[in-house]
Amino acid sequence: MEKRVVFRSAWLPYALVAPQIAVTIVFFFWPAVQAGWYSFQLQDAFGERTQFVGLANFAALFRDSNYLHSFQITAFFSMMVAGSGIAISLLLAAMADRVIRGALAYRTLLIWPYAVASAVAGVLWLFLFAPSIGIITFALRSIGINWDWVLQGNQAMLLVVIAATWKQISYNFLFFVAGLQSIPKSLIEAAAIDGAGPGRRFWTIVLPLLSPTAFFLLVVNIVYAFFDTFGVIDATTQGGPAGATQILVYKVYYDGVKAADLGGSSAQSVILMVIVIALTVVQFRYIERKVQY
Amino acid sequence: MNPRRIGAMLALSALLAPAHAQTEIQWWHSMTGANNTGVNELATRFNASQKEYKIVPVFKGSYPESMTAAIAAFRAGNPPHILQVFEVGTATMMSAKGAIVPVAKVMADAKEPFDPKAYLPTVTGYYSDSKGNMLSYPFNSSTVVFYVNKDAFKKAGLDGEKAPRTWKEFVAAAEKLKASGQECVYSTGWPAWMHIENFSAWHNVPIGTKQNGMAGTDTEFTINSPLHLRHVAMLGDMAKKGLFTYSGRRNEAEARFASGECAMMTSSTGAQGTIGRTAKFAWSVNFIPYHDDVKGAPQNSVIGGASLWVMAKKPAADYKGVAKFFAFLSQPDIQMFWHTSTGYVPITQAAYEMTKKSGFYDKNPGHELAVKQLTNKPPTENSKGLRFGNYVQGREVIEEEMEAVFAGTKDAKSAMNDAVRRGNDILRKFEAANK
Repeated sequence: MEKRVVFRSAWLPYALVAPQIAVTIVFFFWPAVQAGWYSFQLQDAFGERTQFVGLANFAALFRDSNYLHSFQITAFFSMMVAGSGIAISLLLAAMADRVIRGALAYRTLLIWPYAVASAVAGVLWLFLFAPSIGIITFALRSIGINWDWVLQGNQAMLLVVIAATWKQISYNFLFFVAGLQSIPKSLIEAAAIDGAGPGRRFWTIVLPLLSPTAFFLLVVNIVYAFFDTFGVIDATTQGGPAGATQILVYKVYYDGVKAADLGGSSAQSVILMVIVIALTVVQFRYIERKVQY
Repeated sequence: MNPRRIGAMLALSALLAPAHAQTEIQWWHSMTGANNTGVNELATRFNASQKEYKIVPVFKGSYPESMTAAIAAFRAGNPPHILQVFEVGTATMMSAKGAIVPVAKVMADAKEPFDPKAYLPTVTGYYSDSKGNMLSYPFNSSTVVFYVNKDAFKKAGLDGEKAPRTWKEFVAAAEKLKASGQECVYSTGWPAWMHIENFSAWHNVPIGTKQNGMAGTDTEFTINSPLHLRHVAMLGDMAKKGLFTYSGRRNEAEARFASGECAMMTSSTGAQGTIGRTAKFAWSVNFIPYHDDVKGAPQNSVIGGASLWVMAKKPAADYKGVAKFFAFLSQPDIQMFWHTSTGYVPITQAAYEMTKKSGFYDKNPGHELAVKQLTNKPPTENSKGLRFGNYVQGREVIEEEMEAVFAGTKDAKSAMNDAVRRGNDILRKFEAANK
């Protein structure tokens, strides 16, 4: 029978979770409520004059065709970052799992990029792909590709997807390696004895057993692509050219921090908040059903 | 404790006492490299010139960053005394009446001499209200000029000493450069500042109604005029033919010109320092080209750069120190030091004359050319500057639309119409927020 541990004291459990709740309220709920409040206001930069404007900030956003376009860009960007990030790191993890000699060295090297700040990652890729001095640009030009992301929107998108994905691969890799190690070797050996090749073993045994990890990473990666990538974009394309890489969170940052348009920026972050909540709910309700724990 | 030691301590405290009584004046700026050294030098010289006040320059990041920091500090009730704000933030600062103290008032209250007429008219116009009161102190002003790689011109069979004066000549030269194998023929820094703002002033056409926004916040952009469309279309056409290589919205083009990759460039006068240090070829600084069939062109170019704003909510006595510092900065020799060590234009007539006499321009003709271009003709309503609310966003909209033309995804007409429509939305929002 399961043994249950319970607190006898009436207040101790609350006292123990209080710090966590306090942190959540101060750093998450309070700013969120404030953003919600600001989104109904029109303020000058210095906050001297504040007017309540109802839904005018939201109406202005949805009138702007460029804002609507940045939904598409964000959707594409997030799918690319989450999709390729998970696929590549799964591949790397599966490979690293098979390596016997020097496995630790491989793993350590693959985890490194996670320690790089996103702005620094952006600058690194910026240098590699810089239109006139980048080393990769040079290689691409020599094989006849006109690499010029400063004007070519698709190339700019490719650049920010690569930079953002590269940063997240280590994180995904870490979880996949842990997931792979928890798969009982006996299962795989049994399948091998029955004559299943490496590919079949992966698809029918390893992948289903990894599905909880993959699902968790899907949620985390989408949240990452939605919120955490503005550093990469700010360091490389700054939303350009012609808005081709202007994802929602970058516009929130630009309008709020650089252009001092607090109302518009807050309205955007409220919209973003709603989207991510909705996405997470959808993921948990529909995709999680396919996960085998 | 022996008496001698006490005596020494008394002497020491007497020495230190004035230091404690000194009033510190905080100056937030965004100057890097040689310009940062210049700022610190100015502060050191001022601090050595008197004992009452101490200017403390603090680097607060890029222009938008230091402005954001000051806004946050103001909201928290502790702004710096002096804040350096770039030209596109001018309208925002000007409308924040409770957050700033007009420079004219600071100087008058402290009874420090201050004559707006001593400044170049393009400079005064940019930073004064409609009644002619100077609201901020012009500090680092630049303008956009036209750089030519003389060696590349020679290689293409062109006369390196004769830079194209008109856009017609420009395109002809560009075609020859391209034919000679020049990979990047022309590039530009600050595309909107050059090809919309300065282009408009240079051809004496408005960027927006209400005197480019100077006469009121109910202004609207007019950058979809036939002349603007023709110019943007020309650039788009040049981009398609490989005569114009786009480099980005800031000064990315400067490195490409300095390395010899691009043969022609329009960018800030401030680029001269870098080019002078790195270029391994002969180059010249010239007037920006104009369309010769436009009546009255060339007019005069407009300034860029930044000015110093005095923030409100500081102790009344501190403003005397701010006034003293501005009076110090206005001295011709100080102006000349700043001008010659940075590449920014001299902003007073006296400093210009003084630099001229010193023979500096004989060795650095490019520095003088900027002044000549700014004062080419007395400024008109279209060429004395611009003042658009939230222009940080507005300029971005213009640049986005221009990029679409350069990439060939939009034609000039629909792009500039969109720029006007989107830009006007931003202006209306600013108008509503600052009623």
